[in-house]
Amino acid sequence: MNDNIVAKGIVQDESLLWEKGKKGKEGFSVPKNDVGSFEVDSDLLGEGPDFPDLSEVEVVRHYTRLSQWNFGLDTGMYPLGSCTMKYNPKTNERQASLPGFAGSHPLLAEELSQGALELIYNLEQHLCEVTGMDAISLQPAAGAHGELAGMLIFHAYHQKKGAQRNKILIPDTAHGTNPASAALCGYKSIPVPSNEDGILDPKTVAELMDEDTAGIMITNPNTLGLFEDNILEINKIVHDKGGLVYADGANMNAVMGIVQMGKIGVDVMHLNLHKTFSTPHGGGGPGSGPVCVTKELEKFLPVPRVEKQGDKFILVDNRPDSIGKLHAFYGNFSILIRAYSYILTMGKDLKKVSQYAVLSANYIKEKLRGDFHIPYDRPCMHECIVNDKLQEENHVSTLDIAKRLMDYGFHPPTIYFPLVVSGAMMIEPTETESKEDIDKLIEVLKIIAKESKENPDMLKESPKFCRMRRLDETTAARKPCLTG
Amino acid sequence: MRYLPHTEEEISSMLKVVGVKTLDDLFPTIPEDCKMEGDLKLPEPMTEWELNDHMDSLAGKMGSSSEYKVFVGAGSYNHFIPESINYLLGRSEFSTAYTPYQPEISQGTLQGIFEYQTLVARLLGMDIANASMYDGASALAEALLMAIRITRKKKVAVSKAIHPSYRKVVETYFHPTKYEIVEIPYLDNGRIDLSSITNVGDFAAIAVQSPNFFGVIEDLKAVKALTESEKKTMLVTCFSEPLAYGLYKNPGSLGADIVCGEGQSFGIPQSYGGPGLGMFACNNKFMRNAPGRLIGQTTDLEGKRAYVLTLATREQHIRREKATSNICSNQGLCAMTSAMYMASVGGTGIKKLAKVNFDKTEYFKSELKKKGIKIKFDTPTFNEFVAEFSEGFDKTHNKLKEENIIAGLKLEDYYPELKNNYLFCITETASKEDIDKLVQEVTK
Repeated sequence: MNDNIVAKGIVQDESLLWEKGKKGKEGFSVPKNDVGSFEVDSDLLGEGPDFPDLSEVEVVRHYTRLSQWNFGLDTGMYPLGSCTMKYNPKTNERQASLPGFAGSHPLLAEELSQGALELIYNLEQHLCEVTGMDAISLQPAAGAHGELAGMLIFHAYHQKKGAQRNKILIPDTAHGTNPASAALCGYKSIPVPSNEDGILDPKTVAELMDEDTAGIMITNPNTLGLFEDNILEINKIVHDKGGLVYADGANMNAVMGIVQMGKIGVDVMHLNLHKTFSTPHGGGGPGSGPVCVTKELEKFLPVPRVEKQGDKFILVDNRPDSIGKLHAFYGNFSILIRAYSYILTMGKDLKKVSQYAVLSANYIKEKLRGDFHIPYDRPCMHECIVNDKLQEENHVSTLDIAKRLMDYGFHPPTIYFPLVVSGAMMIEPTETESKEDIDKLIEVLKIIAKESKENPDMLKESPKFCRMRRLDETTAARKPCLTG
Repeated sequence: MRYLPHTEEEISSMLKVVGVKTLDDLFPTIPEDCKMEGDLKLPEPMTEWELNDHMDSLAGKMGSSSEYKVFVGAGSYNHFIPESINYLLGRSEFSTAYTPYQPEISQGTLQGIFEYQTLVARLLGMDIANASMYDGASALAEALLMAIRITRKKKVAVSKAIHPSYRKVVETYFHPTKYEIVEIPYLDNGRIDLSSITNVGDFAAIAVQSPNFFGVIEDLKAVKALTESEKKTMLVTCFSEPLAYGLYKNPGSLGADIVCGEGQSFGIPQSYGGPGLGMFACNNKFMRNAPGRLIGQTTDLEGKRAYVLTLATREQHIRREKATSNICSNQGLCAMTSAMYMASVGGTGIKKLAKVNFDKTEYFKSELKKKGIKIKFDTPTFNEFVAEFSEGFDKTHNKLKEENIIAGLKLEDYYPELKNNYLFCITETASKEDIDKLVQEVTK
């Protein structure tokens, strides 16, 4: 049988767009020309792009079939550590697609944009409450963009003080993006090793912190899923040397209503609205990474700022100390609509969100005890870390376990991260997974642990029941083929 | 609460397994003086129906296109979006997935973005495109940093006719570095003044936008001739309206080394300016210097064609501070949307659609000229152009706003020298009737 006409059950094969279609097909209703034709400068006239012509039904089937090859959060549990793959509420989609929002132009006069400005203002206020920070800009378009904003604020702060610094402390349990964000501001990353408990030792920080160091970038809870117990002391050490404390808020889902970062000495932090505040990740964005600061640093926030004047909302550009603009307009506004809708739906129950997220992670950790090695055995936050140490004797690795999970219908956890744990599996269940599904994940992991003893070769062969078997990633990188 | 599925019983049994009594006991490692006192001061939780009312009322306070006739583009364009795309975006297998780290169960996203990369490369006439950047502005900043990495020069020349917000974002990215931005003025015809660039060899790149902020098509051949006169000065071109390449020559065919810009026009709602889509393309030889995610073709164990994230050794999570960028999450779903749009319009359709945009704009220009309004730059444009009115047009502009017509963008706010000049945008969404009415109103 020809490869192109093979189907397995109802999941169809599908070729690339340009392998289908024929010149002259139409998939778009082009408006009529009601004004006559005008001449185009022949020197500038092009041939038009070589796109395939497809009918509407072919386009719809193409993407519907592609979608069926994807595992999404609505398909099943997605316990990807540090990514907070919680349920994406459907009502938020309705709000974001309201014509008043979706059809609004960003450069109209303030009086024609009051709804958007009010939403931005309110969301900033609510996020200030959740973080305990004093002021927020919603402009950064993703977490790494928020980190960059934060580092630019560090840079602007030290410049204003008249003495720029050239280093930054980054713990080995911080997010991988941090050093790259700091490097954009010319800061050299100084790694800070965590101690045997997986957290930072104030002594180590004190040894490394000096007056050439701009500050520290801490992920708290850290990427081992642990709260940095010594945070108050560490913040004081950094402040005493004139540095600032940055908190990577990617793991905020653990501590809403429990810890307000602004109240424990954090100067700058970013949030990931596509993690903690339920906006869909979109297969790699768009996200949103608000940057939050203390009152002292507010003047450095990106412009324009949204301010309230009487009962009107206005955009303010005139902030001479601002780091400037980070986005052509105001950030990923439709993502802000979704996060705002989520907060209004949850209200103070956001505390329950964190409690349940932490409960589920600790429950999984306890249930896996004995079947999987727990490298840092202390109460975890919203994610727990196990590794493949017990499976090593059978030559079964974390990768094999992850791939086998797919055969059982689960998205694997984050694997081989953080780097401080060999063969790490970082499991973040989130608060929106039911106990039934969590118990299924635990059961499946126990079955895999058993399989790794009884039939390790089979695990090496997994996944067997997915659309694809394991991929040749080496050839993909050695002989890159990025277009068809 | 409908997003929290645990029952009281389940919570108790889970707490028991963990070995604590209450939910508050779950946080023993957090020092007491770090814990917040009392509840979060947030509004009472809303029901789904209360939320609908609240959001309807906020959305109702916007001057959006359904009720208003907005003849403004300037980086955000009102184009028709086929309903089929809205429906396809409702496939939550796309929208609720994470970055495709596990390719065996992410082939939908991976093939979709591979197709996006291919269509963007074809649109712009370049060898390769990445999986997207945040928006046109940050894409330009990253393109210029890339040119500096490649050429090891420390200055870039940036045309003043590039979108003012894009230039501001570039300034933000450059501020903490030792690199210098030199602004290049524009001529009376609205194009970049190349004669003001002396010592072209000092520059890592010359950056121009085409169509530029005034809608004017730049003479990229001339810019290329200048960059080619010196070794290793790169031509970086950007855009805010990709539909223009359905009509005009693409930047790749005119010699651009890096092309980047905003893809919002292709099926993405304006949404008060975001999310947009940073398109980013370059030639093969610069591949390993490119920022952002890349998807490549490979095979699986059984030899079946498949797609995977590749060349990760350029990226932040592997190379850390030596990465080509710090970007991780990009605008994945917007990239997918624009691919759906490009697939829907097709090669034949995009030419027709671009020509309709052009014709309508030319018609509007010609009608204004008939009424004695000056078209500021006598150079070919795409769907935007600058018209110069007599003193006091402000009042007409404001009056029309009250009648739900937004008659162009006042340029004086961005270019003080362009007093009484307005930037207009006409797309396929404007009918002849709309245009005739606009002409009548602005020339009253």
